[in-house]
Amino acid sequence: MTNVILELDSVVKRFGENEVLRGISLSLHRHEVVCLIGASGSGKSTLLRCANLLETIDGGTITLFGQSLGDARIDPNLVRRHIGMVFQSFNLFPHLSVLDNIMLGPIYALKRKRADVHDEALALLDRIGLRERADEFPDRLSGGQQQRVAIVRSLAMQPSLLLLDEVTSALDPTLVGEVLDLLTDLAHHGTTMLIATHEMNFAKDVSHQIAFLEKGVLVEKGTPDQMFNDPTHEATRKFLERSR
Amino acid sequence: MSLDADTELSGEVPRLFGSKRSQLFAGRRGIVASSMSIIVVVVALALILFRAPGAAAFRSYFMNFHDMWISWVGDPKAGISAMRDALFTNIWMFMIAEVLILFFGLSLAWIRFSQSPVLLPFRILATVYSDIMRGIPIILVIAIVGEGLPALQLPFVSKLPLAVYGVVALTLGYSAYVSEVLRAGIYSVPNGQLLAARSLGLTHRSTMRRVILPQAVRTVIPPLLNDFISLQKDTALVSALGAIEIFQAAQISQGALFNGGGLVVASIFFIVLTVPMTRFTDYLMARDRTRRLANS
Repeated sequence: MTNVILELDSVVKRFGENEVLRGISLSLHRHEVVCLIGASGSGKSTLLRCANLLETIDGGTITLFGQSLGDARIDPNLVRRHIGMVFQSFNLFPHLSVLDNIMLGPIYALKRKRADVHDEALALLDRIGLRERADEFPDRLSGGQQQRVAIVRSLAMQPSLLLLDEVTSALDPTLVGEVLDLLTDLAHHGTTMLIATHEMNFAKDVSHQIAFLEKGVLVEKGTPDQMFNDPTHEATRKFLERSR
Repeated sequence: MSLDADTELSGEVPRLFGSKRSQLFAGRRGIVASSMSIIVVVVALALILFRAPGAAAFRSYFMNFHDMWISWVGDPKAGISAMRDALFTNIWMFMIAEVLILFFGLSLAWIRFSQSPVLLPFRILATVYSDIMRGIPIILVIAIVGEGLPALQLPFVSKLPLAVYGVVALTLGYSAYVSEVLRAGIYSVPNGQLLAARSLGLTHRSTMRRVILPQAVRTVIPPLLNDFISLQKDTALVSALGAIEIFQAAQISQGALFNGGGLVVASIFFIVLTVPMTRFTDYLMARDRTRRLANS
């Protein structure tokens, strides 16, 4: 039994003439945290969206649990139930309470009983210290609180891996810390994560592997130590210097 | 040009008082101006009503309170149907039509957003339907349905009361408008909501039902109510089929009494019917606006 959960092999994605992913290969093992770094427009977000079939790919293969997502027999809804996704702009459902936001997926996608899900959702809110805000609507919460709710909303589906798309980029600097702390906590508990981020110190602390993307090409991949102290490629060194 | 800020201030102090004219019409002084304009308008209307060449004839035709009362309570001997009975036809017509319109309008909007390849022909049909129905004046739809269905001589559908055909025609016509309003509402929901719901593994159907539509309907409640206000008034068009609703009753009294008081009574009825709805719509829009301002 291999420990590879997600594997990308020479993935190509085009938007019209524009080739955003040019043959990306990457694998993610169980309990592994991989950070994607690179300038805006380098293809990080597109890569994450391809991984849970929000975008279709134009070349290469993506494999989840050894099954190719390009297979016609694949049901995208089943795929997405195993993959949690968190967005830059939170995307909480404004017409539902915090608690209902968290319960929506388990109840309507997994068809689980409301009563069972209810206790789990409260336990998740407890974990992020927002249990007493359960019945409030998302717009009453701060950006950092909303993003933490969005993270536990995806955790409520008990996914095998989490995709995080620049989850702190829309936050006030003072609120970034609480979200990164939660992600660090998840990493320490063995959550498998693929994280697109601009937070270099966070990437350095939390990742097992860091992958540097530039213009749709995976330039270099390595441990944080290799990447930050002894990058092979000039482009990687320059990017990390500028990002300091 | 110097970028030195001091040069700007070194000149004269800028004048902040408005002109004499704007002083009279703006701010607290505006009360004086608005009272004056109200008096002018009222006087002008009164002059038209009492000093126009045909003023006396106009008043006896439209403001004969005795004849207005007769048309309201009816006079079986003179063959005048009571408007106070006829108005219930208008009320039940729009109440039933509203429910049906919501149902069919939502179905049309839903079909046009569906993804299933099986529904492709229905998507095309729904588009064509909405184009055709919005192109035909509603009174023609009423005439075609109201004369067409009886002409078919079918066992049940051809023998219904005239007002029922009116409801069918209003539903056919208004569903097209309402589906467009709902579609606009669906488009107004940010794409991130769809992405978030689908990422949770919800099907297209659940996403629409639990995430997109609840938000879409909230945004379009004011325009939807606007359509329903029009609908309430358009029940009068069913008179074209000869159904005894309030406008038809008014016309009957007009013919029998040689007096237009019934038309005024019918107008008052529609005002009483629609004003609460209009006020409520305005209230909802104002509330929505304050909420959006508070959040931005």
